[in-house]
Amino acid sequence: MYARRGFVLAVSSEMSLRVLVPVKRVVDYAVKIRVVGGKVDTANVKHSMNPFDEIAVEEAVRLKEKKTAAEVIALTVGPAKSQETLRTALAMGADNAVHIEVPEGQEIQPLQVAKLLRAYVEKEKPGLVILGKQAIDDDAGQTGQLLAGLLNWPQATFASKIEFADAAKKILVTREIDGGLETVEAPLPAIVTADLRLNEPRYATLPNIMKAKKKPLTKITPADLGVDITPSIDVLSVSEPPKRVGGKKVESVDELVDKLKNEAGVI
Amino acid sequence: MSPLRPRVVALYKQLLYIGREYPLGYEYFRDRLKKAFIKKRDLTDSAEIEKAIKHGEFVYKELEMLWFLRKYRAMRRNYVDEEQDAKIRALLQEYEKL
Repeated sequence: MYARRGFVLAVSSEMSLRVLVPVKRVVDYAVKIRVVGGKVDTANVKHSMNPFDEIAVEEAVRLKEKKTAAEVIALTVGPAKSQETLRTALAMGADNAVHIEVPEGQEIQPLQVAKLLRAYVEKEKPGLVILGKQAIDDDAGQTGQLLAGLLNWPQATFASKIEFADAAKKILVTREIDGGLETVEAPLPAIVTADLRLNEPRYATLPNIMKAKKKPLTKITPADLGVDITPSIDVLSVSEPPKRVGGKKVESVDELVDKLKNEAGVI
Repeated sequence: MSPLRPRVVALYKQLLYIGREYPLGYEYFRDRLKKAFIKKRDLTDSAEIEKAIKHGEFVYKELEMLWFLRKYRAMRRNYVDEEQDAKIRALLQEYEKL
């Protein structure tokens, strides 16, 4: 009797929620970015999961631990090396991973990523997509919004808190906006993008990384999803921020006034 | 061989793994770590070994916290507007009072 009751609970509607978390492999936050030949130097540079995406993965895994979600799928679009990022997501607690492989060196822009995600979402029908609000490499902050537009789904961006209502058919999301917080309500399926305050992501430990190697990872190509990944935006130039100019000591007030007038041009 | 040996080995591996990003370099970290383990190689009493393992686990937790803080601070420096943040913090505090 008891076992049977447990079974009924397990298949109740709130347990069927599947969460998709798209993640991006980016140059590590601690690396000093260098521009070589009009491009950001990515050769032999440490890469890791975009920190905002870590927050998204953590939130999805917590939903699973709270039994609000049944399954967490991590997905990435990138070259073969992006698999490391998926392994990190799996080590953090995602159930399975999807790698949409593109050739090394191929640039993929937010619109193309959003189109790939739309194709995947239409096939697999997750009930919730949680993304990082932006990636720390291009800081575009567009993928979530574009995906919501393409799917015509509700979107709650810059989330600092996610709650469920109505037997997990609706979400209440607290968003960070200029000068305050805003709470929005949306029916599922929906798109949420994660802000910094949403949670504190866990560390992918060594034993979990090892276990993650046994979790399922599916590889597909943009062609399988019927999406053209040719970039739609031309990058005209990439440059480093101007170097900081050292300060100077002045001998007298007159010299200071002179420099402010003639060199700095502020008075 | 002590039955605690697998746990010690696992702890050593985990510490090596988390030490990859040590600010003074992996080499520095690995040398220190090795010395710390060698120093306790002669322990035979299982209670003593247990205590040493607990200490190692504590160090591991501290390092985990250190990495988290380092990343969190870098992210805040680059992505959080202090004025905006102060406003939100004040709001959150008011919320909690309600």
